[in-house]
Amino acid sequence: MSLTDEHRRQLYYYMRLSRAVEDAAWALNNQGRMVGRLYTGHGQEAIPVGAAYALEPEDVIAPMYRDMGAHLVRGVDPVEVFAQFMGKRDSSNMGKDSGLHIGDMSRGIVGMISVLPDSLPVALGVALAFKIRKEPRVALTTFGDGSTSTGAFHEAVNMAAVLQVPLVLVCENNGWALSTPNAREYAAANLVDKAVGYGIPGRHVDGNDVEAVHAAVSEAAALARAGGGPTLIECRTMRMRGHSNIDPADYVPPEMLAEWAERDPIHRYRARIEAAGLWDAEREAGLEAELQERIDQAIHQAEAMPEPEPEDVHVGVFAE
Amino acid sequence: MRHLTYYQAVREALWQALEADPRVFLLGEDIATYGGVYKVTEGLLERFGPDRVIDTPISENAIIGAATGAAIAGMRPIAEIQFADFIASGFDPLVNMTSTIHYRWGQPVPMVLRAPAGATWASAGPFHSQSMEAWFAQIPGLKVVMPATPADAKGLLTAAIRDPNPVIVLEQKYLYRRMTGPVPEGEHVVPIGEAQVAREGRDATIVAWGTMAFKSLQAAEILAAEGIDVEVVDLRSIVPWDRETVLASVAKTGRVAVVYEAHRTAGFGAEVAATIAEEAFQALDAPILRLAGLDTPIPAHPVLEAEYLPDEHKVVEAVRGLVGF
Repeated sequence: MSLTDEHRRQLYYYMRLSRAVEDAAWALNNQGRMVGRLYTGHGQEAIPVGAAYALEPEDVIAPMYRDMGAHLVRGVDPVEVFAQFMGKRDSSNMGKDSGLHIGDMSRGIVGMISVLPDSLPVALGVALAFKIRKEPRVALTTFGDGSTSTGAFHEAVNMAAVLQVPLVLVCENNGWALSTPNAREYAAANLVDKAVGYGIPGRHVDGNDVEAVHAAVSEAAALARAGGGPTLIECRTMRMRGHSNIDPADYVPPEMLAEWAERDPIHRYRARIEAAGLWDAEREAGLEAELQERIDQAIHQAEAMPEPEPEDVHVGVFAE
Repeated sequence: MRHLTYYQAVREALWQALEADPRVFLLGEDIATYGGVYKVTEGLLERFGPDRVIDTPISENAIIGAATGAAIAGMRPIAEIQFADFIASGFDPLVNMTSTIHYRWGQPVPMVLRAPAGATWASAGPFHSQSMEAWFAQIPGLKVVMPATPADAKGLLTAAIRDPNPVIVLEQKYLYRRMTGPVPEGEHVVPIGEAQVAREGRDATIVAWGTMAFKSLQAAEILAAEGIDVEVVDLRSIVPWDRETVLASVAKTGRVAVVYEAHRTAGFGAEVAATIAEEAFQALDAPILRLAGLDTPIPAHPVLEAEYLPDEHKVVEAVRGLVGF
């Protein structure tokens, strides 16, 4: 789909909302008001927002913990996010799991687990269901550079290629898997080169360019929907904070952070839509106030929600 | 009632499920064109087509993960792992993803994982002989069944396919072609979690499952000739397991042997024995007896394999001791 002016403003809005939610969560976590740690997508918002925005409502995504923007695009409200982060009884995980492990198939969201590459074969299975039922739907999953070193990645990508299922594989290559840099993760010149070995199309994209991500995912989704099978998209970006909020990430060279700070996806996109006459300081000030109010309200609402009761631990091991 | 062999009963359950429910499909290695290494799925490709009987690459992780994904997307996948030993290659999605989905976000995962398990008394060796029900019994969210008769092979598999949870069916490859029995022709469901008193008796109880239930019935015949009247409880389901039927039998006989093929230490029989000790200690006239596989890998040579495995003669010997205590 080609982007209208309104689409462009929405892409910007979702990236801003994503960062605002995560910034607020960072503060909450430091204040001890969350269950578990926080893993943010700070600096790589263009990927989940651009990718999720390229999908149809009936498509399914299997996102990961840095993909706040994907959840927001799919219609997850910040109240739900904060309730989830606080482990509230009526949150997606009901306090039984934490972090951005929100799952809701009615909105086409597969709840991730901490073993990140497991989303790959599961998304493959969702896509297989679409193929068997001959539905014009696609599944999309995101994963990091670290996930590509696992057996789960290999098995899922290979099987998706062999079975020609409608799957879009989005690698968010942010340079680091906790403290492990790319050079310790793979020896290929580019991660996307692996696509050749699987016999599927590969695309290398500037992951800090939301429209480039959107275009690549749109193309891959159209191909998959038409029966053309999976595509591997490597989105190059940078993890601008630690692995989690308790990781100081002092192993990351400061000059690398400085270089990538210049390419911040939100600042870049704001400049771009301003240059196109779609945005200005007045709109920016309005958005800033709107986000502030929405986040404050969401936190307030989430904090008022009930905590789990001890007996809830027994509930739900099996479906009835 | 007409008779089927065990593997035919499994195939009939698959056939009828594919006929009855368009959401049901099969995936696994060598199951379509080749019909499976035990020919359990032979003929299904020809009848139901390649969209519903799917040959996959050798990828247990992706098979189990894909079955999970298809299940949450509205299908009723039945994944075959060629030998239960190979589930180890797909253990991660099973124990971390599949089993936790409903607990963590309320989404049912109606999938079946079928796999031939257990020793063959035919030198299958360390990698094609294991009984790993205890691995899965440790994972909340997974159901586990081990049918010991053709009727139960059909009925438990049918129940598994209809269950809204992931169910592991450990088919007994020793029984695939050795055991024939009456099997209802139409719909046949054996509820998961119900044991069966396979033989009634007064003097002692044997609790067993899978091939060991079969061997225990053979032992009971030998013992009957000696005047020892043994009750055999075929557990049938490991998760959840039927405590009531086991405890009622122990209350009746006062003596109990737990017989299982897996390694003795921390095997599922240890759980059964511990529960009997906790719940029925007053009813016991003799210590609970465990007869199980050795704590070694399962060796290939027939002499060594026979030493490893419990069989009807070892059961007879053990029960004689139990009754004479």
